[in-house]
Amino acid sequence: MQKSADFGYDSKIEGDLVVTKRSAAIDWLQKNLDKGSNWGRKNSLWPMPMGLACCAIELMATGASRFDISRFGAEVMRFSPRQSDVMIVAGTVTYKMALAVKRIYDQMAEPKWVIAMGACASTGGMYRSYAVLQGVDRILPVDVYIAGCPPRPEALLDGLLRLQDKIAQEPVMATLKKAG
Amino acid sequence: MAQAETKTNPKAEKTAELARRLKERFGDLIAGPEEFRGELSLKVADAERIPEVCEYAKKELGFDYLVDISSIDNYGDDPRFTIVYHLYGYGHLCYLRLKTDVSEEKAELPTVITVWRTADWHEREIYDMMGIHFRGHPDLRRILMWEGYPYFPLRKDFPLAGKPSEMPDVAFSKPAPIEGGPFVAAPGGKDAIEREPRVRTPED
Repeated sequence: MQKSADFGYDSKIEGDLVVTKRSAAIDWLQKNLDKGSNWGRKNSLWPMPMGLACCAIELMATGASRFDISRFGAEVMRFSPRQSDVMIVAGTVTYKMALAVKRIYDQMAEPKWVIAMGACASTGGMYRSYAVLQGVDRILPVDVYIAGCPPRPEALLDGLLRLQDKIAQEPVMATLKKAG
Repeated sequence: MAQAETKTNPKAEKTAELARRLKERFGDLIAGPEEFRGELSLKVADAERIPEVCEYAKKELGFDYLVDISSIDNYGDDPRFTIVYHLYGYGHLCYLRLKTDVSEEKAELPTVITVWRTADWHEREIYDMMGIHFRGHPDLRRILMWEGYPYFPLRKDFPLAGKPSEMPDVAFSKPAPIEGGPFVAAPGGKDAIEREPRVRTPED
């Protein structure tokens, strides 16, 4: 068995290249922290699939190989709110389910975003009735609304890209300074 | 023509015989049968005796499957509510319907959960939507609306859009916007545009 020292970093062999690059990256990030953290956030959005009705079928299609949401870094569907970044509300939100949707949203860690997928999640859709919440924006802050009944997977991907554009504009440093 | 079909159909004969046996056992309590599209309905005069009738239908007549319990709001009539029990037997493959009336003032009848355990959720749904209580039900909670919702939305005097309700930190509801609606389906239309749910103003 080899000694652990054999695996250590040897600058004589490997040079200072790695260290230099890392420090350069830190400098660059400190200068461009907004850009850097937003770049990281927007390209690794872990969705919370809040599938409530037929939109969830299109959501699954978006996750599958034909449309392949992993091209945009959002393939890691997390069924735990603690691990997810963006809640995709896919379907009709009834008042009874609205309680659970709100609770799951509250359990998600910051930063978090919401996509209202389809007519029902955006406005209640065709369900103008006593049982249906008339748009999930009555209980959550929605970032992107996607039209359609249900929207095609391309529309969901377009919504995701628009959310990525929105995230890229976020003033992270200013928010942190305000909070700190 | 329907009469001729009924006579040659062994299942219809079997159903008629089961209905006759139920009537023989309970006498004046049961009126009917009323036939509609080859299916029979019996009217039970006293809602308090429903479990007894159901017990007999299950044990002696082989109606081992309670398909559904539904409720009708005859708004404006007295008694206001009708409860409908849809029975089916896997032995003889026959359907039978039992109906019984419940008045608005009482709005209560005994549960049949002692006969068919599946009555549990059916009765909860009726309680939730119509506000009819089932005496002896072990767990009569709302099933579709949330706990604490103050109305019974399937009653005829409840508006489709809903009424505002408020429970701090739990839930709220507001009337749905109905402008341009409601979205009404028109069965029997000649094409999909006529049939599907659309905005239909009354003058159309």
